[in-house]
Amino acid sequence: MNSVLGTNIIRFIALLLVQVVICNNINFLGYINPYIYIIFIFLFPIRDNRLVLLLVSFLLGMCVDMFSDSGGVHAAAAVCLAYARPVLQKTSFGMLYEHQTIKFSNTEIGSLVTYIALGTVLHHFILFSLEIFNISSILLILQKTLFSSIFTILLSVLIIILFSRNRK
Amino acid sequence: MQQIFNFVIRNKTFLLFILLFSIALALTIQSHSYHRSKFINSANGLTGGVYGTFNSIDQYFNLKDENAILSEENKRLREQLFNSANTSDSTYIDTTYSKGKYRVITADVYKNSYSLSNNYLTLNKGENDSIKEDFGVITSKGIIGIIDNTSQNYSTTLSILNKRSKINAKLKSTNHIGSLTWNGKSPEYTQLIDVSKFAPVKIGDTIITGGQSTIFPEGIGIGIIDSFETDISGDTYNIQVKLFNDMTNIGTVYILENLDRIEIKTLEARTNE
Repeated sequence: MNSVLGTNIIRFIALLLVQVVICNNINFLGYINPYIYIIFIFLFPIRDNRLVLLLVSFLLGMCVDMFSDSGGVHAAAAVCLAYARPVLQKTSFGMLYEHQTIKFSNTEIGSLVTYIALGTVLHHFILFSLEIFNISSILLILQKTLFSSIFTILLSVLIIILFSRNRK
Repeated sequence: MQQIFNFVIRNKTFLLFILLFSIALALTIQSHSYHRSKFINSANGLTGGVYGTFNSIDQYFNLKDENAILSEENKRLREQLFNSANTSDSTYIDTTYSKGKYRVITADVYKNSYSLSNNYLTLNKGENDSIKEDFGVITSKGIIGIIDNTSQNYSTTLSILNKRSKINAKLKSTNHIGSLTWNGKSPEYTQLIDVSKFAPVKIGDTIITGGQSTIFPEGIGIGIIDSFETDISGDTYNIQVKLFNDMTNIGTVYILENLDRIEIKTLEARTNE
């Protein structure tokens, strides 16, 4: 248990730092940034309490907001993602989720990508809707969601594969 | 009573979600109004420290650009100095009596964003250097924004690339004024609105700050006119301004304090009573 706690604390800090120091400054083609801190919410241990996940996600989002001066948009999007996580897991992992036996290191790559893609699109849509906060710019919101999602999904999958220890 | 407790316990996840989401939403909405939340911003010790550490690494990569900008500015200032030398001997200003109207402080940019719809910069000077809200921020090329929040050692700046930013500006050739706003699209262009239709607007003309605000002195460069169109109402021009500053690459800035600001503000407040 202690090692799980330790891993998650390190992951929290590492992802937060990478996000605010590197990823917020990429600005690919002017405005496309990956938001990789949500990997933390994806990889949070499944059996742990959902209340803890909600609180920690809120804290993570708030920290990112504090660094990027964006009010509460990241916090809101992260909390939504954390709340929707069981539904996403059920759709993408199916049987495995029912039996509570998912280990991210030995799931099929296909279901993992589905899981991350669904979560990322949801998170980014809420994020950009709140950030732009103007229903008449819906096209801009969708455009930003689409491009940033592609970037985030690619990076997230790569990072998860790189850092998972016992994938064959 | 029992049922209420049961309800709360059964739906505790949902209730917590609603609570956290509403807090986040409230902060978001607050950040979209002009006087924004005073506690969630990057002008604090933690974020400032982190940005400071990484900025000191980042600075080395920009040294060459910074040097080029400095020598360019030196050249311009020297030109001004030598060209004004002929006229200055006829009117001598005793500097011991006039203290000057503006105090200038240099600061490093610790964080700069330009891809969001409300952008802020974090600077490494704060209340310890007597930086306060509503001081102007410029570079040698043109304006950057206005100080928004301050802490002991850091301050955040409302960038001109912010939908809430509204700065008094005018055409350099005439005195027609307008408001400088941003539509959230490209970091290279801002929009000058409410320019009278009698103004002789030409593509390529320079836009500078107007003297109507107490924040910026008159005549700080902003950009040149890229294109323009008449407003739907037909009475005003909407001008697309190409900025002098490359807002995506800012290293060092000057903070301007108008020393007469308080005097002007109190006078205006008294007049409005």
